[in-house]
This record gives sequence, structure tokens and C-alpha cells, in this order.
Amino acid sequence: MMESVVSLKNVSYSYEKKPVLTSIDFEIPRGSFMGLVGPNGGGKTTLIKLMLGLLKPDEGSIELFGRPLEYVKDRSKIGFVSQKANTFNKGFPATVFEVVSTGLTAKIGYFKFMNKQHKAKILKAIEQVGMSEYAHQNIGNLSGGQQQRIFIARALVNDPELIILDEPTVGVDYENVKRFYELLHRLHDKNNITLLLVTHDTGTMTEHATDIVCLNKTLHFHGKPNEYTSLSEKDLSRIYGHPVNIVVHNH
Amino acid sequence: MLVDFFTYDFLRYTFFTGMLIGIIAPLLGTFIVVRRLSLIADALSHVTLAGIAFGLMMEKLFLIPIPALYSGMAFSVFGSVLIEKLRSVYNAYQEIAIPIILSGGVGLSVIFIAVADGFNTDLFNYLFGSVSAVSQNDFFMILTISIFVILVVAFFYKELFTLSFDEEHATISGIHAKSIHLLFIVLTALVIAASIRIVGVLLVSALMTLPVAAAMRLAKGFKQMMYLSILFGEISVIVGIISGYYLNIPPGGTIVMVSIFILLLSIGMKKFNFRLKKVRETG
Repeated sequence: MMESVVSLKNVSYSYEKKPVLTSIDFEIPRGSFMGLVGPNGGGKTTLIKLMLGLLKPDEGSIELFGRPLEYVKDRSKIGFVSQKANTFNKGFPATVFEVVSTGLTAKIGYFKFMNKQHKAKILKAIEQVGMSEYAHQNIGNLSGGQQQRIFIARALVNDPELIILDEPTVGVDYENVKRFYELLHRLHDKNNITLLLVTHDTGTMTEHATDIVCLNKTLHFHGKPNEYTSLSEKDLSRIYGHPVNIVVHNH
Repeated sequence: MLVDFFTYDFLRYTFFTGMLIGIIAPLLGTFIVVRRLSLIADALSHVTLAGIAFGLMMEKLFLIPIPALYSGMAFSVFGSVLIEKLRSVYNAYQEIAIPIILSGGVGLSVIFIAVADGFNTDLFNYLFGSVSAVSQNDFFMILTISIFVILVVAFFYKELFTLSFDEEHATISGIHAKSIHLLFIVLTALVIAASIRIVGVLLVSALMTLPVAAAMRLAKGFKQMMYLSILFGEISVIVGIISGYYLNIPPGGTIVMVSIFILLLSIGMKKFNFRLKKVRETG
């Protein structure tokens, strides 16, 4: 059996007595590029918060790298790129180097200072996303797509085994979305990083992911992209609760 | 011209104290400004005033001498903890903590002053600062506070910066946001209490924010901004104290005016640079 980086068993979660997720069973196999799709309010962000330990499930159990979540003290193996990466304060006076360095803060630990190895790691992460020449620029001077790469670098700086990305391409133009996916592929193929990508854009997703999971309160689909695209309109409407078309981008 | 500052003890203490607060006020100010908490300094300085008034009242009514620096500091630290508490109570409207604490501070001050039936000490000194208010004891206390503040910021720099940039990400990665916030606001309270003797209640927040506002225009990155803020803070304090003394003006006023002058220069310089760049590009 393939090893999984995250596994959820019978996980349920309610928000103020309203069930958001019910009986979720699902695993992210190591080395996969998993796309998490589903309608708004279907519980995608909640699921991520549960995996990150920001919320506790009402029922069921979550394991990270084969160990119960609550015993995994070192969270640096999981990188997280949030939606917020698009909405952060653009005027914040920090260089790219400084922003990426914040990814290491918790790992370095209290009362300790950054050393040469840490600095080398930061520069390497910036290089991995192809932004070396901007390392000492203020982040506010970069374009949205470039800023997004910096947030990936912040996640990479810890050598994560899994990176979770929550709607990372919202508000990024088509050309940059394309380059963004190229970057993700490179990280996935070359650095063997497992990816979980939450997105609305199911069309683009089906072109890139190795696995697709569709969530609307419960798990409705878990399979390969071609299986997802061959779902009938009727199936999809049932999942989403309204008629749906998958737009496959053939650019 | 500077000879007085080396001749008279009280001026020397004022001068060195000024140099200390010229470092620590902009140092913390950098974090305060980027976290959009500029008004917190104002709220805390008014609570400090209540503390000072309390000390003076105790002295006048019950002959219990409490040095104003200490009673001010106690109130300021208490107020800072209260602000942090209120900010978590009103999670969606965190800034509401500021008017609550600010008005509470002024209200208490008025009550203490009225109960004591006025003070002999000139309250004016506490409002706008004074060049002759720093005793030797005060100086050593402020020196201790400054060393403590600088050490804590040095040791927690990366946590403070990480939290200021992206609190959500910091929390996910396992940084104890609540404890660090509390530590930071207590430091702020200490710095405000230490600065009041020289810049006064009404202008202390200016020394924490104006140098930062000027540095923000010119600096590349956060650390550079911090160092530049301290440089601007130092210039403001030194020029402000000396000119205040010779012109017979409370130093709070002169320090703030020098800060504003530096701020205007930095805005002008940025515009000038921008134009120069444009000329080079087109020409």
C-alpha cells in the first residue's frame, strides 16, 4: 500500500451545530498532486484547517505522516500557502528575503538567532521559485504573480514534504497562472513534494493533478482526473447542488 | 553652546535619557506602525498620566511618596494588559480597545487631580515634557528599562517580525501569538512610561511613530527601516532637547517639530528621487 502523508478517518466537523463536514474518509498518498474541488461553503477551507490543526474534529481522527496529528509537534513538514497571500498588506516594508525568512522562524525556535545555514536555505528557496534577482527588493514592488512565488518560497524554506495551497491563483492573470502551474510541477516532479491544491478552477485542475477529490459536506468523488471529467452532468449537478459545466482550457 | 549640558548634572541626565528613549521609542514604534497600532501608544500614555496623578495624589494626601515614574509605569503596564484583553473580547473591532483605555486614563487622571485638589508640581511638565525633570534615580531606572527592551527585541526579533507580517501564518507554524503580543505591549507600556518625562504625555506617541513614518519612505526592507527610524529618533531628541533648553520651550514640542521636519524631508527626497529617475529614463 502506498504511504500517505495525511489520512482522515471518519472525520466530522460542525460549526455552531451546523454540520460542515460529515464522515470524511480520505488519504493523500505520498508523491501525489491532489486537487481539492467543490462548491463554495462545501467545507474545503475547513478541511484544510483541520489538517493544519487549527480546528479540532468533532469526530474521527487525523494522521500526519502516519502519526496522530496532536502528537506531531514539528509542523514544518507541511507548507501552507493561503488565500491571504493575495490580500496581504502590499505596502508592508519587507524585502523578499525577509518575507521568506519568516517561514523559518518557528523552526529556528525561541531565543535563537538566524545563522549562515538558515540564510543559505532562504536564498535557495528564493532561487527555487526563480526570484533570485529580486531577493533584496521590497515585496510590495513585485507583481501579484511574483508575490505568489515568494509565498511558495516561504513554504519551501522548511523543506516540506507536503504543501497545501488554498485558492492560490485567485486574481492572477492567465499567463501567470500557467507559469505558476509549471512551478508546481517542477516542485512535484523534481523535489518530490506532495501537493494539495484547493481551487475553483476545475478545468485547469484536471489538466495538472494526479488525483481529484470533490467535497461538498461529504466526499463525493475521489479518483483520477479523466474519471472526474467523464462524470456526467447529472452527477456533477448532484454534487454541486446546481448545474455545472467543466470548462477545459485548451490554450 | 553645549557647555551647559556638561556642566549641570540634571541636564546631563536629561540628555542621556533622551538618547536612550531616542533608541527604544522608534525601535518599538517600527512594530507598532506596521501592525497599524499607532494609536495604542496614545492610549497608554494617557493611562500613564493617570498613574502619575495617582502617585502625586498619594503623596499629597497621605504623604506616601511614590515616584511618578513608578506609579506611571505600573498603570501603563496594567493598561497594556487590559488593552490586549479588550482586543480579544472585541475580536472583530480590535481598535475599540483604544478609546476605551484612552478615555479611562483621562477620566482617572481628572479624578485623581480633583481629589488631591490640584498639585504643586507643574502638571504642564508631564503633558509636554521637561528638560529638568530627570533625576539620577530616574535615569538609572530608564537605563535599566532600555537595556531590557533592547535585549527582548533582539531575542524576539524574528517572532515579532513574523507576527507583524502575517499573523495567521505565524500561528500555523507554531508561534505563540498571544504570549508574544502580550510581551510586546508590556514593553510598549514600559517605553512610554520611560519617555514621558522628556516628551510628555501628549507627544510620546509622536516619538514612536513619526521617525518610523519618515524611515518607511526611504528604507528597503524592515531591518533597514528600523535602523533608520532609530537614527531619525536620535536626531529629533538631541536637536529637540538642546534647542528646547536654549529657547526655553518644553522639549516635547521641539522634538516633535524636528521629527516632522525630518518626515517632510523624507517625503520630499522620495519625490525628488522619483523625478530624477524619470528624467534619467526619458533623457
